[in-house]
Amino acid sequence: MNFKTTIGLEVHVELKTNSKIFSPSPVEYGDDPNANTNVIDWGYPGVLPTTNKGVVKSGIMAALALHAQVEPHTHFDRKNYFYPDNPKAYQITQSDKPIAHDGWIEIEVDGEKKRVGIAEMHIEEDAGKNTHARDFSYVDLNRQGTPLIEIVSKPEIASPDEAYAYLEALRQRIQFTGISDVKMEEGSMRVDVNISIRPEGQKEYGTKTELKNLNSFNYVRKGLAFEEQRQQRVLMSGGQIQQETRRFDENTGETILMRVKEGSDDYRYFPEPDLPAINISDDWVNEIGSEMPEMPGSRRARYVKELGLTDYDAMVVTQTKEMADFFDETVKLGADPKSASNYLQGDVNAFLNEQHADLQDTKLTPANLAGMINLITDGTISTKMAKKVFKAITQGKEPKTFVEEKGLIQLSDPAKLQPIIDGVLADNQQSIDDFNNGKDRAVGYLVGQIMKQTHGKANPKVVNQLLMASLKK
Amino acid sequence: MNYFEKDLTTLHDDLVAKRISVTDLVKATFDNISATDPELNAFLTLNQDAALKKAAEMDEKGVDADNILAGIPLAIKDNIVTNGLTTTAASKMLENFVPVYDATVVKQLNEQGVINVGKTNMDEFAMGGSTENSAFKTTKNAWDYTRVPGGSSGGSAAAVASGEVIAALGSDTGGSIRQPSSFNGIVGMKPTYGRISRWGLIAFASSLDEIGPMTRTVKDNAILLSAVAGHDDHDMTTSTKEVPDFAAELNDQTSVKGMKIGLPKEYLGEGVDQDVKDAILAAADKYRELGATVDEVSLPHNKYGVAAYYIIASSEASSNLQRFDGIRYGHRSKDVKNLEDVYVNSRTEGFGDEVKRRIMLGTFSLSAGFYDAYFKKAAQVRTLIINDFQAVLKDHDFIMGPVAPTPAFKIGDEISDPMTMYMNDVLTIPVNLAGLPGMSIPAGFAKGMPVGMQLIGRPFDESTLYKAGYVFEQATDFHKQTPKQGGNN
Repeated sequence: MNFKTTIGLEVHVELKTNSKIFSPSPVEYGDDPNANTNVIDWGYPGVLPTTNKGVVKSGIMAALALHAQVEPHTHFDRKNYFYPDNPKAYQITQSDKPIAHDGWIEIEVDGEKKRVGIAEMHIEEDAGKNTHARDFSYVDLNRQGTPLIEIVSKPEIASPDEAYAYLEALRQRIQFTGISDVKMEEGSMRVDVNISIRPEGQKEYGTKTELKNLNSFNYVRKGLAFEEQRQQRVLMSGGQIQQETRRFDENTGETILMRVKEGSDDYRYFPEPDLPAINISDDWVNEIGSEMPEMPGSRRARYVKELGLTDYDAMVVTQTKEMADFFDETVKLGADPKSASNYLQGDVNAFLNEQHADLQDTKLTPANLAGMINLITDGTISTKMAKKVFKAITQGKEPKTFVEEKGLIQLSDPAKLQPIIDGVLADNQQSIDDFNNGKDRAVGYLVGQIMKQTHGKANPKVVNQLLMASLKK
Repeated sequence: MNYFEKDLTTLHDDLVAKRISVTDLVKATFDNISATDPELNAFLTLNQDAALKKAAEMDEKGVDADNILAGIPLAIKDNIVTNGLTTTAASKMLENFVPVYDATVVKQLNEQGVINVGKTNMDEFAMGGSTENSAFKTTKNAWDYTRVPGGSSGGSAAAVASGEVIAALGSDTGGSIRQPSSFNGIVGMKPTYGRISRWGLIAFASSLDEIGPMTRTVKDNAILLSAVAGHDDHDMTTSTKEVPDFAAELNDQTSVKGMKIGLPKEYLGEGVDQDVKDAILAAADKYRELGATVDEVSLPHNKYGVAAYYIIASSEASSNLQRFDGIRYGHRSKDVKNLEDVYVNSRTEGFGDEVKRRIMLGTFSLSAGFYDAYFKKAAQVRTLIINDFQAVLKDHDFIMGPVAPTPAFKIGDEISDPMTMYMNDVLTIPVNLAGLPGMSIPAGFAKGMPVGMQLIGRPFDESTLYKAGYVFEQATDFHKQTPKQGGNN
């Protein structure tokens, strides 16, 4: 029997605003517990929320990045539940009129392109954090009120690979808007997944299970693949899928039953009376749209068409907005696009991996990378010398100054090279004879001798030209 | 001393002319409270030390002649938070709760030099119409100590009516300023929703709650409203509309000539005492005499107000009161073994019966499967009630009617019968549902107990209500009658 898989993804994206969504407390990480809180975050008697307009703007940007329809009259709702990290005992979120709906993103799996629909996106507040000790639990409300956007996919994702591609594309597009860091490892992107399967030809969806503890895109793919297989085994052996929540085990790659769901939780949603409805005008949406950073797809097309990059190169340099911006800037400063792309994919990437750093956190600048590439292009330095220069520019040094200080300038002047070549030839009659007898290897030896004499600074291209001319005389 | 002979203007003149010092005024106020309050029970917390300290500072630098509230002792309902001064909302849940910030209204009053005398008793979390739902004490009616003062702002009403203070702040979700004002023969204004900041008002029903002034005269009320109204960045539901100097519009020239007044037939229907009807009909005649026209009008959907209100208010309350969970502040049960015990036992011990009743009602109304039939339907009824008022106020300057169907009832009479108690608010609730301004002013007596008249205006048109109230007050002497100390009975 063949089965069809249906996967749903709920992605929480944490927004990079200065202050919280409903209070003026700063959004900062790593501070002492409860340092970034005030009476609003504590859910004190008598306090009221006020909406951070920047969060609404971020929501509109995300909607535009995901081709979603912005809701002109949106409002907040309360989701009621008790938990110590939820100080008001309700979360201010959006339920019946979320900020945007009906979007899509394009994914590509094995060369096949597909649009995955987005059902809705809403803005809401994050909860605090509980830490459990032996006899006590501690509550830290620093994260309470951090703005989030939740993006809910339509049930159109049909395989773990598609889920992976969807997450990649989603992360990339959101990252390009600049509203979030979208990093799974830092919690600024969080993913809840559910999956069901049904026999080919059956209309109704199968019973779905939810997966937890998926802390990377790879784990999402692995967890879903395991779960897909598990559900098939259960159905093939005549069993039934239970509506349950399962935990992904990173060590075994398997999912383990956490709890069986009986019915659904009743959160008693109702419109938040403390906050007026938000009216979003077309003008505002258009204004935000005109200020939106260029999305990766359009940048890729531009790089191929205008700068002559290959599809593959264009894809790699648009992995993150920082990389693409860096590339744009480097090219704008006169660097050869192909070389800039090669350096970013090669030496720069290797350097970032080695440093475990992001591009924007290093001392590398587009000006210095462009400066180095221009020195190669105009023959001032060789690609071999560039290795040293690259190391210097990762430390923030200006390439031209560095090259001059270290005397790394390539010797390309024929007037200076010819006497050296003449000297080497005079000392190596045997090699001249070998060359005349058709032994091309002799040329390599002679070049080596010339390089040795110039301490490697001779321009190999010029040396070759001059040497061949001398030999053929 | 008591404040029966004074209004804010004369008291201010006395202070500026140094006929009395702020310190002497504050001392006299506390003397009167010590004599009256052990029986009356209007106050939950007194602020004597801080009040005397502030009074001394003001005497030192002199009372600002341009600031009519400078040095005036005033009482504040105990659901309005005061920095450093215990604020309980008359609940065991918050018995020892000392806020770390001031409500916006408190901040405004402090800045204008008002002396906060203390916090007044109320029904727990403002839920009730008799002040009998206080977890701590039952306030008496200033006119008859065997009767309730009304509620939920019963403490504020009794404190003003008895002459303990010249003015107080109350809050009104379904009648909680107007009904106790009516029961105690004082002036109480529930302003338009959004007129006064709710920042620092312990929420009962967020879409209905409004703070308002309670005073002995219309002019004093107008002065106090101007002092606390206006937009607040802390409360996104406050209006940016300009706040008029309401009191400046009240003088010899003020008149109701040519005004059109609507008298809804539903407000004089079944369930309303004959004495109350008579007082309102006499007031209508008085307005005609003063040059206004009074027509019978109809508010056909108002009769659904109580039902819609108890669903909407209780639903919002069930959510608003969830924060009292024993985790960060307030009562925490000692009898706990796990997290669920903390929630269940703290709330079981901390909340009184009426609060629990409304939390359960609200929780039910919002539950999956019931939301459409209850909360959503109630919201639709609310729209119909708004439309009722709009239709009448389109061609009437304001609406007049009773505040409550009866004068103050006996303590203990209705407390065990929630439905009868809820019906006390039948004439005030629709005004909250529509977000309109509503004012209670003294309009007569029924068997020795005050009867209030309610004036209902267009949104943000408190001005017309004050003018109409002022003209009526000048033409009658109900407001000049005062209760004896200890009540008349």
